[in-house]
Amino acid sequence: MSAIQGRPVELADVQGLVRFGYKHLTEACFLLLRVRNPAAARAWLARAPVTSAVRTDRLPDTALHVAFTSEGLRTLGVAPDLCAEFSAEFLAGIASDAARARRLGDVGANDPGGWRWGTGERTPHVAVLLYAVAGGLAALEREIEAECAAGFERIERLSTSATQLAEPFGFADGLSQPQVDWDRKRPLGDHDRLEYDNLVCLGEFLLGYPNEYGLYTPRPLLAPQRDPDGLLPRAEDAPEQADLGRNGCYLVLRQLRQDVRGFWRELDRQAGGDAELRERLAGAMVGRKKDGDPLAAPGTVNDFTYQADSRGLRCPLGAHIRRTNPRNADLPPGARGLLSRLWRVLGFNAAALEQDLVASTRFHRLLRRGRKYGDSAAAARLGAAYESSAEVGLHFMCLAANIKRQFEFVQSAWLIGSKFDGLTGESDPLLGHRLSEPGNSPTDGFSIPQAGGPDRRLSGLPQFVTVQGGAYFFLPGIRALRYLATAP
Amino acid sequence: MVLAPVTPGCERGLRELLATMNSKPGMADPANPILPFGQFERLHFARLAVLDDPTVGDIEAHGVPRPDLPVYLALTGSCDGPADRCIADLARDAGTGLRRIFAHCDDFDAQGDLAAWTRAHQRPLAANYINWVGRTVRQVKEESALRRALAARVPRAPLASGAQAQQLRRELIEFVDAEVSAGKLGLTPPDPTPLRWKLAKLLHLLAIPLVGLVLLPFLLVLSPLLIYLLRTKEESDAEICPPPDRAALLELQQLEDHEASNQYTAIGSVKPGLFRRWLVTWLLVLIDYTARHIFTRGFLARVQTIHFAFWAFLDDKRRLVFTSNYDGGHEAYMDDFINKVAWGLNLSFSHGVGWPRTRWLLARGARIENKFKNYQRRHQLPTEVWYKAYPGLTLADLERNQRIREGLEPTHLTDAQVEAWLRLL
Repeated sequence: MSAIQGRPVELADVQGLVRFGYKHLTEACFLLLRVRNPAAARAWLARAPVTSAVRTDRLPDTALHVAFTSEGLRTLGVAPDLCAEFSAEFLAGIASDAARARRLGDVGANDPGGWRWGTGERTPHVAVLLYAVAGGLAALEREIEAECAAGFERIERLSTSATQLAEPFGFADGLSQPQVDWDRKRPLGDHDRLEYDNLVCLGEFLLGYPNEYGLYTPRPLLAPQRDPDGLLPRAEDAPEQADLGRNGCYLVLRQLRQDVRGFWRELDRQAGGDAELRERLAGAMVGRKKDGDPLAAPGTVNDFTYQADSRGLRCPLGAHIRRTNPRNADLPPGARGLLSRLWRVLGFNAAALEQDLVASTRFHRLLRRGRKYGDSAAAARLGAAYESSAEVGLHFMCLAANIKRQFEFVQSAWLIGSKFDGLTGESDPLLGHRLSEPGNSPTDGFSIPQAGGPDRRLSGLPQFVTVQGGAYFFLPGIRALRYLATAP
Repeated sequence: MVLAPVTPGCERGLRELLATMNSKPGMADPANPILPFGQFERLHFARLAVLDDPTVGDIEAHGVPRPDLPVYLALTGSCDGPADRCIADLARDAGTGLRRIFAHCDDFDAQGDLAAWTRAHQRPLAANYINWVGRTVRQVKEESALRRALAARVPRAPLASGAQAQQLRRELIEFVDAEVSAGKLGLTPPDPTPLRWKLAKLLHLLAIPLVGLVLLPFLLVLSPLLIYLLRTKEESDAEICPPPDRAALLELQQLEDHEASNQYTAIGSVKPGLFRRWLVTWLLVLIDYTARHIFTRGFLARVQTIHFAFWAFLDDKRRLVFTSNYDGGHEAYMDDFINKVAWGLNLSFSHGVGWPRTRWLLARGARIENKFKNYQRRHQLPTEVWYKAYPGLTLADLERNQRIREGLEPTHLTDAQVEAWLRLL
């Protein structure tokens, strides 16, 4: 496997969104389109000015990205047998059935039946993501809309806030990101990693490269006859085949409405009106202070683990950022040496076992590219006093090579799961749907460990975040995009 | 496990009958009139599954013709005390329902002695794992009620000193004593383990290593041949790991995540030939041995989320069935397997036709993530009816609740111990 490692990443073929968050492009909107005229749609896709991941001397003034749902690929005329090679989650879609909805917590007020977009006739075929410097979006959008008009019908325009500093609850956001191994330096191979590392194999985020298991995630590979013009790159692990997945990835988009007023009012109630305590409780739920300082390791940003805080005295076990990224290695901590390792592998080290309910974070990382929407700056500033009826929230977006093992796993096992890390009666303090579970088990609590006594416990938390829409997309490599535009 | 071949043509009717026992897809109504599981106080888990193996033709990859094997109905349960008593209870209190179910089976004698017929159809388990040997349903329920009562009672303001924590614990113990006296809480002492069980366990503890010792010289002499056979077969055995059928997968998923725990039932053919047959037999003896004597206190190697699991042979060891009751979702369960005990999976399952290629019996195999995940889903069967006696409780809950109860007993604890105990609440 190491023999083929040398091939560098074809940055010119990767959509820039995978590599960049475009902080300087403060304006953005996401156009959700349905194909009306496949031929005209394909004609636009064949020449759409998609931004690549190549770093330029001068930062670009705009960026444009294109992604497809599985329904979109089929509607554009991509052959069914080719579509079938994509992952099962992508093919089924985020709102496919009640079982997936249960797994993702899309129940109750989050039920896809009530979504504004993402189901039935409101399922997008194509997402066009537009980014521009301040003042530049309107012109770009006009131009692209004009170009798209012949082939597409717009079903939704997701606008975003001009300022992306804090999310609407008022907390600095987007601080924890995996470091993607663009240089392909991370050693491959299948062995336990004894330390948590923020550097993650490229194959966790881009198809066509080895993932953290040292394996290539399944994706559509084609016989060369199906790519007679050689539009597509060849597969690293099967050089005789064309790789439709290479340099592409899956993209999860979920519109999350945030009840800012409800959030701060509830915290005020829990704190009995004590402003200092209210901030502290909110920070405990997030796992960071408002300015982003992590409770587990004040003074750092993203370079820390929870090893020295295994009981959660500094950062509660159920805090949002601890659930989304528990930052642990493949084996619970212990002495070096083979015997100690063997002992832990067999489960004989009781202290290690206690910290082993959640393990191997490296297989469950997400590259986040979300943007806030609504007047998030006012919401963040005003808190409980934010009385506007205008909706605020987050267009959550993440990129991953494996929707099931990355996004769906984190969402279901770590966020919605009411038994995360040995906890009980609570799911994610920000995102939980709060519905009770069988056996009269509540999920609306939150516990904050305290030194020398029982946990402080918040109960009866209402739902703060409601899902408004969502879809699974494929964000192709640029050559793959042109290939798909030929309706293979 | 009670196992009986389903009468050809009766399978559909049987599935329809089983579905009437559920309140949600696959989830037994504890009070369903056919088998009201909730009435049986010693029953932890139970399941009914139709073992109709869609992968039975895979063995053709080994040049063996597709065998004609029966479709079975499996009734499995995990109960406190001897299985015979559990069967007798079921036959006595749910005889009519059991007869309705078994009437779909080939050799069921509608007029005969139900308990005797059921006992006669019990199949031995090749290996049996119990998360915490000796923890009874009654204990689980009582300790859960105890935790709820204490969690609601305990003041949650920060404590100033160890002395205050000690005082708090004393008050809570008094509270529990009062509740027990008032009959609001129960803390029934465990029944003593019968002497016969202790002796049987001791005998087993010694006998297996003894047999191993006797066999060791032969194994050593034969080891070059055995290693040669193993490696050759590992390199040449066919991998059969296509993605599972989408409709079949959805059917499985519809039965999942209604509860904090889930069920898993899977079936597969053992690779042909004496080598694999003997190897899997002895490895399962070894697994059973460790499950009986070593992994009896809350963990199976690094996995702490399996309540009960067993492996059993079918059809003269031509097939193997595996069932488990586990906490959390399916994807998390499988990731736990891959990331924590892939070696253990390889040890027990790599003798199944089509398993992803292993190296030296322990390496690769289940670590080949996608192939393994396809394989296990493709071999999984819908568990038509599944019952759990304590909905909403995971093993982490059970263990914590048990520690809460244990913390009531000692007359003296250090301040640190008391604080640790209070944190459990």
